[in-house]
Amino acid sequence: MNMKNRDIISIRDMTKEDIGYILKKSEEMEKNMEKNRNLLNGYVLSTLFFEPSTRTRLSFESAMNKLGGRVISVAQPKTSSVAKGETLADTVKTVEQYSDVIVMRHPNEGAARLAADVVDIPIINAGDGANQHPTQTLLDLYTINKECGKIDGLSIAMMGDLKYGRTVHSLATALAHYDVKLTFITPEELKMPSEIKKYLKNKDISYREVYGIDEIGKADVLYVTRIQKERFPDPADYEKVKGVYKILPETLDILGNAKIMHPLPRVDEISPGIDKSENAIYFRQARNGIPVRMTLLSLVLGEME
Amino acid sequence: MKKELKVSAIKNGTVIDHIRPGKALDVVRLMNLENYGGSVTVAMNMRSSLFKTKDIVKIENRELSEEEVNEIALIAPESTINIIKDYEVVEKRKIELPGVIKGILTCMNPNCISRKEGSSKFIVEKREPVVLRCYYCERLMEEDEILKRLRI
Repeated sequence: MNMKNRDIISIRDMTKEDIGYILKKSEEMEKNMEKNRNLLNGYVLSTLFFEPSTRTRLSFESAMNKLGGRVISVAQPKTSSVAKGETLADTVKTVEQYSDVIVMRHPNEGAARLAADVVDIPIINAGDGANQHPTQTLLDLYTINKECGKIDGLSIAMMGDLKYGRTVHSLATALAHYDVKLTFITPEELKMPSEIKKYLKNKDISYREVYGIDEIGKADVLYVTRIQKERFPDPADYEKVKGVYKILPETLDILGNAKIMHPLPRVDEISPGIDKSENAIYFRQARNGIPVRMTLLSLVLGEME
Repeated sequence: MKKELKVSAIKNGTVIDHIRPGKALDVVRLMNLENYGGSVTVAMNMRSSLFKTKDIVKIENRELSEEEVNEIALIAPESTINIIKDYEVVEKRKIELPGVIKGILTCMNPNCISRKEGSSKFIVEKREPVVLRCYYCERLMEEDEILKRLRI
């Protein structure tokens, strides 16, 4: 499959074959890290983060470095030309002149799509507002596949902020390609949007919506998300639901063998006391961002097929 | 049998026929025909051979722009447009909703990049009833929201 010059904007653009191919190539990449250390020698990645990020930006920069490529970035967009009123289109068109690929995060939904339409080099979306974060979804799928040995046939629960959390929206959308059973654990205020539920129904994916973690039933994976203060239009609504879910060592009895995932950062929804348990795979999940992002960079730059 | 003419014919202009019953007034508002100087005839719940009933809007001395046709397609996709010249139908075409709608509507998501720069673009996700997906932010817009955004 040739993905040279392809933009990675939304998981919705990807077929099951695309996803399967990226996961397979990521597995190969992880096994051949050493061999690929000069694969992107001579290429320049620009990271444009108009919104704070630690993990995603570092993970992309690390991925590019491990492949022998170079990274340039705008550390503080507030001090750059954006603050002088330059349009996003002009910013990315200028950055295009300096680089071979752009990874961007932007607070407005659709920003990466707009950028991809105005430049010729590949754009990788590292988050556009509350909309998409496709590379997170790919590394989540990679983690599930690696830890459970498969995706088809699994029971996957998602807990926390399913209303505003873009990672769970993208993950649920991607999982609709597979034969999975889903459980959504949320307070009333943070339920999975009806649009996503309609999509799942159309794809014949069965899902349950419950309130308490004790209603999880038998699950292979529990995907926990932070309740994100910054996404709430009304701070009073945040106060009502903050801290509603906490995974403590005693919760593990309910979870059985379920693998606990989290896109990180966490606040208090998973106690650090869980970190050493067999269930906790969230730091390994973060690590998986490296081979997956190395693979994506290599594919869109045409150095891997 | 002589065909009874319930709505008077127009000499020149446009007849929007086969409008889904109850939608004629939406078409009138959408096109701002209340403020149009020429004569406008609205007929509602007329008997139709194609559907059980239909609405009709006749506008004297006015042709529709491509943008207006697309706007009508959003709220009454099964309508037909007849161009009348000297009492004769010189052109008849069925309104078709294009696969992509550009510029007519603004996205309902205040945080969508299309509200800040560029212009709006929607992919027609479903035709009956119309559901649009914003090309940029991917948010779905259903019929009631479309009508609201068309300021009907």
